[in-house]
Amino acid sequence: MCGTCGCNVTEGNKHLLEADGELQADGTLDILKNLLDKNDLTAAHNRQHFDQHQVLAINIMSSPGSGKTALLEATIKHLLSDYRIAVIEGDLETENDAERIRKLGVQAIQIETGTACHLDAHLIHNALHQLNLDELDIVFIENVGNLVCPASFDLGQHFNVTLLSTTEGHDKPEKYPVIFRAADLMLITKQDLLEVLGDFDPDYAINCLRRLANPAPVISVSAKTAKGIDEWSQWVIDKIYIQTELSQINVFKGNLDDGESSKILVG
Amino acid sequence: MHELAICQALIEQLDSIAVQHLKKKIVKVNLKVGPLSGVVPQLLVDAFSIAAKASCAEHAELEITTGDILVFCKHCNIESRGKINQLVCRECGDWQTELVSGDEMLLQRVELEERVELEEIAK
Repeated sequence: MCGTCGCNVTEGNKHLLEADGELQADGTLDILKNLLDKNDLTAAHNRQHFDQHQVLAINIMSSPGSGKTALLEATIKHLLSDYRIAVIEGDLETENDAERIRKLGVQAIQIETGTACHLDAHLIHNALHQLNLDELDIVFIENVGNLVCPASFDLGQHFNVTLLSTTEGHDKPEKYPVIFRAADLMLITKQDLLEVLGDFDPDYAINCLRRLANPAPVISVSAKTAKGIDEWSQWVIDKIYIQTELSQINVFKGNLDDGESSKILVG
Repeated sequence: MHELAICQALIEQLDSIAVQHLKKKIVKVNLKVGPLSGVVPQLLVDAFSIAAKASCAEHAELEITTGDILVFCKHCNIESRGKINQLVCRECGDWQTELVSGDEMLLQRVELEERVELEEIAK
C-alpha cells in the first residue's frame, strides 16, 4: 500500500479535481464532471494498488441474506490450498461475518458502515492499509447487503459479482436493473432450494439479465451442497490469470504516464 | 438512501469551485441524472437541502435533467429508446445493444453569485 494517506491526488490526476470551464459573464460555469468524481479517483487509485501487486479484486453484491458469506466460506475452502485470499467485509454493524471468515484461517477486515448503506472507495482504501497485498492473490469485497446503493460506487474492483438467491424470486434483475446491469457474473445461490421452492425459474432470471443488455455468464451454486462451487471457483481462477496479464500492462502504462516513457525513449 | 452521500460529494465539489473562482455563493446547480444512474432525483433534491446547510450552496436552486435511455443496435445500425429494465433494440429486439445515454450522474453547470460585481468590472 501507499506510504501516506491522501495519496489519491497525484500530479497526474490533480487536474481532474479542479473545475473545468470558464466563468461566463452571467456567472455560469460549465463543469461536466461526475458527481462521484472524488470517489472514482480513489477507486482508480485502489485499482492501481491491486494491479501493482497483481491482486484480483472482486466486489460481491446482493440483497441481505442471499448467501454472500456462505458463498465465500465455500469458495475459500475450495481455493485456499492454491491461492492466498483476504476478505473485506462490509456491514452496518457487527464483526460476525469477518469472524466466520477468520475461522477458516483467512484474514478478514470488517468495515462497519454504521448507517451507510454501501461501501465506497475511501472505506476500501482504508481497509487496504491493513492488508499486505504482496502476500495475496485475491481480495474479495463483500459489500453491504443492498440491491440499490452499492451499484453507484466504484471501489476499485476488477469485477462485480451479483448474487440472486432462489428464495428472493426470479424477477429481481427486472426490479433492480442498475445493480444487475453492473454484474460481470450473476450467481444464482441456494440452488439446493430450487426443488423445494418450485417457483423460481432460472431462465426467467437470465432473460431479465439479457434484457438489461448484459452478456454476463450465469452460474447456479449451492454453498450447502457445494454444487457449482467448482465452476464458480474456476471463473475466479481464470480471472486471476487474465488480471495478472492486464495488471502488467496497466502498471507499464501507468509508468509511462508517470514519465517513464521519456526514460525509455532516451535510454 | 445513498443520495445523501452523493450530495455530500457534490457539496465538496461546489465548495472547491466557489473557492477557485473567489466566490462565496452558488445560486444555481444543474445536474444530469440518467434513469439508469441508480439515483432518484427527488431524493437527491431532499438530500441536497440537508447536505448544503452552511455551505456555499445553502440556498442554491437545484435543477435536475434526467434525459432518455438510448441504446445502439449494431445489427440495425440505429439508436432507439429503452426502458430502465428493457435495453433491447426496438427494431429487431436484440439484447446485445450498447448504452448510448441514460446512466449519467453529472454536475453540468453552476451559477455563481456576484453578477453585480461582474458588471462593475465590465464598466
